[in-house]
Amino acid sequence: MTRLLPVLTVLLAIVALWYAAVAPMNIRQALDMAERGGAVVVPEGSRVRSETSVWTLMAQNTGEIARGYALDRPRLPTPVQVGAELWKTTGEMALRGRAFSTRSLIYHGWITLQSTLFGFALGTAIGILGAVGIVYSRTMEMSVMPWAIISQTVPIVALAPMIIVLSSQLGIEERAVPKAIISAYLCFFPVLVGMVKGLRSPSREQLDLLRTYNAGGFASFLKLRLPASVPYLFTSLKIGVAAALVGTIVGELPTGAISGLGARILIGDQFGTPLAIWAALFAAAILAGALVTLIGWLQGLAMRRMGVRA
Amino acid sequence: MSMTTAIVFWLLAWGMNMQLARSGWRDHRLVRIFVPVLFGVSLLVLWEAAVKSFNVSPVILPAPTDIATRFMAETATLWEDFVQTVLKGALSGYLIGCSAAFLTAIAIDRSRFLTAGLLPIGNFVAALPIIGIAPILVSWFGFDWQSKAAVVVVMVFFPMLVNTVQGLAEASAMQKDLMRTYAAGYFQTLLKLRLPAAMPFIFNGLKIATTLALIGAIVAEYFGSPTRGMGFRISTGVGSLSIDLVWAEIAVAALTGSAAYGLVAFFEKRLTFWHPSQRQ
Repeated sequence: MTRLLPVLTVLLAIVALWYAAVAPMNIRQALDMAERGGAVVVPEGSRVRSETSVWTLMAQNTGEIARGYALDRPRLPTPVQVGAELWKTTGEMALRGRAFSTRSLIYHGWITLQSTLFGFALGTAIGILGAVGIVYSRTMEMSVMPWAIISQTVPIVALAPMIIVLSSQLGIEERAVPKAIISAYLCFFPVLVGMVKGLRSPSREQLDLLRTYNAGGFASFLKLRLPASVPYLFTSLKIGVAAALVGTIVGELPTGAISGLGARILIGDQFGTPLAIWAALFAAAILAGALVTLIGWLQGLAMRRMGVRA
Repeated sequence: MSMTTAIVFWLLAWGMNMQLARSGWRDHRLVRIFVPVLFGVSLLVLWEAAVKSFNVSPVILPAPTDIATRFMAETATLWEDFVQTVLKGALSGYLIGCSAAFLTAIAIDRSRFLTAGLLPIGNFVAALPIIGIAPILVSWFGFDWQSKAAVVVVMVFFPMLVNTVQGLAEASAMQKDLMRTYAAGYFQTLLKLRLPAAMPFIFNGLKIATTLALIGAIVAEYFGSPTRGMGFRISTGVGSLSIDLVWAEIAVAALTGSAAYGLVAFFEKRLTFWHPSQRQ
């Protein structure tokens, strides 16, 4: 409770700020609508108004401010509008049995989730294998590790369109493959770094103890290094899954994809429907939160199984 | 160059790296730089040989030498795009976003209630695909670099905020008590104890933010930009099949990202030389 109260307060403050911001953001549009509807607006004509500051406009047309909170295509929608749009494209469609129609965010979220999980699995596998290689081979560490760091300073989005062109030229029709590659690219690094740390976490004494038991390299890997790295692994998996989702959405944004949350954002931009963009954004946020929570829950389960007391 | 020569070269390079990694020189500075460089060069040789010997169409994957030629021929265009995307969009957004987050962190740090409320939210938001707000901000701030800077500000703000707040909590109660026995006020404690103690965290945030800033500035250009900029050139280059120019832009982006990261790491080394992670 003591931790919940501050978070809720801050959230409430953010929502209040958001509501306050809607009025100045939407006032011009609201006044244009009002004028078209025959109402008297000071000053007249949107050309004149574009040179007046929003605060003056709000002061002179106090009666029309409310209109800004109920626009069809607002510059800044209210939280309630976003929530309603989100419900309309998820829950309501699911209730009508059309959860997987192409207009529903459940369907687009599912497409995004698939690529994310695919890329996440790929990135995690590369990260773990790379970490094992780096821990056991000095040559690998010296030649690959610097490039792994450099690879993360390269803005992947510059490469995203190239990856998509390349894979379509190579005859890969499936849209999910290039997206998964991009998300694996973003996801492997935190896993790699965390696993290297984890595999190296056993102390000298522990490794020596295993040697006195006459354990070989493989046995000490399986029975000491691997279990010791599990907490590190889960911590980096949480970062990795969030990164994988970012990668998928980035992969969907600039490439003319048709389905997926990133594509909804793109289409919302092209058709000038801000509500669709905001709903897709919030759906992506909910998905990210759910994935991170799920891994946190798995972490707790695994740690309890391994006999660690929370 | 045939594929076999390239593979032999790659094997030789790997063998040499193995020798170097085992030798007594392995912790020498030059060797630490030479080994990864040799590995990178051998990969480029493999790429070049694969493209040339399998006759891969330049529309699919140009050879590194072709990209280098195009790079040299188009320096004027590349520089114009660099100025538009990096210096105007990414850098101004980076400076505004990081300093805003830094000041916010110092402001909320005085209230334990605000810190407890903002930290989980900041952590959550830092994990979100914030990049998706790019089209919204482009429609708010117009096509030019201002909207790119705005995207960058939003993207770097939360990672920077979270890191700075965590860093400010780093000074121990014992150290703060010591400052009090010296009769140090809030600002003296902040300046002489807590900010230096927070430096490793602040630099961590700055490092994360450099990569995010470039990503934000480039992606925002996919949603509309004047007829220059790296993101603009990449998206139109893919459409008009001038793939070597796209790769040249990617090379610029990669060099910029690495250089910016290196610059932050350099200052980190200079300013946090006392921290265990920086000691030799």
